[in-house]
Parts: sequence; C-alpha cells; structure tokens
Amino acid sequence: MKTRKRSNAPVFWGLFGAGGMLAALFGPMLVFITGVAVPLGLILPAGAMDYPKMLAFSQNFIGKGFIFAVISLFMWHAAHRIFHSLHEIGIHAGFGCKLLTYGVALVGTVVSAVVLLGIGF
Amino acid sequence: MSEQKVIEIEVLRYLPESDQAPRSEVYKVPFTDDMSVLQGAQYIKDHFDGSLTFRWSCRMAICGSCGMMINGIPKLSCETFIRDYYPNRITIEALANFPIEKDLVVDLSGFIEKLEAIQPYIIPKEPRTVEQGEYIQTPAQFAEYIQFTSCINCTLCYAACPQVGLNPEFIGPAAIALAHRYNMDSRDGGQAQRMELLASEDGVYNCSAVGYCSEVCPKHVDPGNAVNINKINAAKDYFLRFLSPKGGAK
Ligand code: SF4
Ligand code: FES
Repeated sequence: MKTRKRSNAPVFWGLFGAGGMLAALFGPMLVFITGVAVPLGLILPAGAMDYPKMLAFSQNFIGKGFIFAVISLFMWHAAHRIFHSLHEIGIHAGFGCKLLTYGVALVGTVVSAVVLLGIGF
Repeated sequence: MSEQKVIEIEVLRYLPESDQAPRSEVYKVPFTDDMSVLQGAQYIKDHFDGSLTFRWSCRMAICGSCGMMINGIPKLSCETFIRDYYPNRITIEALANFPIEKDLVVDLSGFIEKLEAIQPYIIPKEPRTVEQGEYIQTPAQFAEYIQFTSCINCTLCYAACPQVGLNPEFIGPAAIALAHRYNMDSRDGGQAQRMELLASEDGVYNCSAVGYCSEVCPKHVDPGNAVNINKINAAKDYFLRFLSPKGGAK
C-alpha cells in the first residue's frame, strides 16, 4: 500500500469552521448594526457607535476579544472558502493560492492583534 | 391498441480498438411504459448493434453494476424508466470521473483499490477465542452503523463528486462511508489504522461538502454525512495525538 502524508487541513478547517459559526451567529447582525441601524439612526440610540464608546469597547478585555475573533476568524473562513472555490473552478496554483488566501488571513490576524493591543486596556 | 411509442436514445460510444475518442450515436428505440433505460440499452444491443457494451446483473437496484450518466445525472439504469423522459431524447454515457474501458463500461480498479485500502472488515480490538462465544451487540450499537452497510458499490457517488473529478486519488464517498461503517461497529478496533488514510492528503479534507454524493445515492447511505463526521474525527485525531500516549495515527 502506498504511504500517504497526513493532511494539515485540520488547522485551516478548524479556523474555517469556527469562523463560519461566528459569521452565522454574528455576521448579519453586525452588518445590520454597523451598516444600517447606526448610520440611519434606526432602533439604536443616536451615537451608539461614537468614538469614545467604541474606544471603551475595544479597551475592554471582552470587547477586544470579540473584535479580534470577528476580524480574524471571518478572514480565515473567507480565505478557506476562496481557496477551495479557486480549486473548484480549476485554479490549482497550490502554494501560491494558499499564500494569497491564508496569507491574507494571517496578515489580517496579526495586524488586528497588533492594533487591538496597541489601543491598550 | 395504441401506437407503438419510440424514443431516441443517444449513447456515448467508445470502442478502444477503432475509436480515437468517444463519439455519440443515436438509436430510435420502441418502448413500453414498463421499460427501464437498461432495457432500452439491451434493445439497442439486440436489434441495432451487438457490440454495445454495458454492465448489469440484477435488474432490481441491488447489484450496483448498471450505473450510468442518464441525461447527465448518475443513476442506476435498471430503476430509471424510459417513460419519464419521453418524448424527449435520453442521453446515456459512461459514469463520469472514471476512465472509460469500452462504451458504458468504466475502469473501476482505482475504486477497488480504495475499498481495499480502508480495510473493510472487522479488525477485532483483541483476539477472541471460540470459547468466549459470540459478540453481544445492542440494538443501539447496531443502529450506529447499519445505515452505512447499505452501500452496493454502484459508484454513482464518485460520478457525482466534483472533488473525485479534481483529484482521482481522493478516497471518495463510498469508501469513506464504508470505513465509517467499520469504525462505528462496537466489535471493531481498527479506527486508528483507518484514520491514517482518512486523515491523509487523499482523505476526508478533499471534500468541500457539496453533498451531491448523498443526493444521487440509490440506497440512502448518505456518504456525505460519513465524510463530514470524519472531518471532525480526523481533526480531533490531529490535535489530540499530542496528548495521547500512543500518538494517534502517523
Ligand atoms: S454510497 Fe450510495 S452512491 Fe455511493 S457507491 Fe454506495 S450505494 Fe452507490
Ligand atoms: S442491474 Fe443491478 S443495480 Fe441495476
């Protein structure tokens, strides 16, 4: 029997799954709040996302964690999707595609972590 | 008596001795309402061209040998009726994603190798003597795997799977469903051995959860579900092997 290499997909698949779960739970709500409700002044009180409030939110330990997870895991989810969709439409650039998709997610993760930590507590 | 109905059946022909590439041929086949597409092919073989080659045996959706692409969809030709297509033309072709051997017959050797590779038999947890008697299995334990025993190896799911098409090395739906069938059996202890294959680069992560395999399966095996359960199992195995004393699969 031929020997096969263990796939390292669980790492990416795990991030993809976590991001998908998070996107399903929070994605539409976030789009509604940030893209519709707040700009149009619907439902939420005026100034719900003003700078001082958002700054306080991102300085809070839980708020920081939430923002980080939402940015990073959404990106890993999207990267995995795009990587596999490229494969499906016949683009199998292998490492290059991985670098373009997962690489962007990795950069997004690092940048958001650095910025969020830079905001302080 | 009503007039004899005639349907056009377009067949993808390929005779390796004379054809450079597969070509289409159309036959006008008289039929009755109880005739299957398989019987249509048999009519062509008996009346128009005896060289037409295809596999069949049971004619009752149980042997799994008569699969073909019928108007682009992988189906068992013995349980697909001509009347459902009339008055339109029926197109029959060899199952997708397999090399064609002759006409509607495909080369299944790759599939057989995959089936062998997953060790489709009970690997006992520990050797057991005759004196110890039979295995006891509860209805609940039986229910864990019974669904995955229904596979008839028709390979319709392989013809349906876009990932099999992209990577012929992918173990694929039916073989993974069968591996799962043994892994879930309370008498079996071979999960770690099979995991090596399922977690490999030819394993479960080739699947992008299209689900078409389960849709075309004539036996409701739901192979797609088996594949997806084993993504979770393989992920657990990947991360937990650092904690487990045996180190999990290699
Ligand atoms: S899983 Fe279903 S479609 Fe696939 S080979 Fe078995 S019976 Fe056929
Ligand atoms: S002839 Fe046996 S399944 Fe169709």
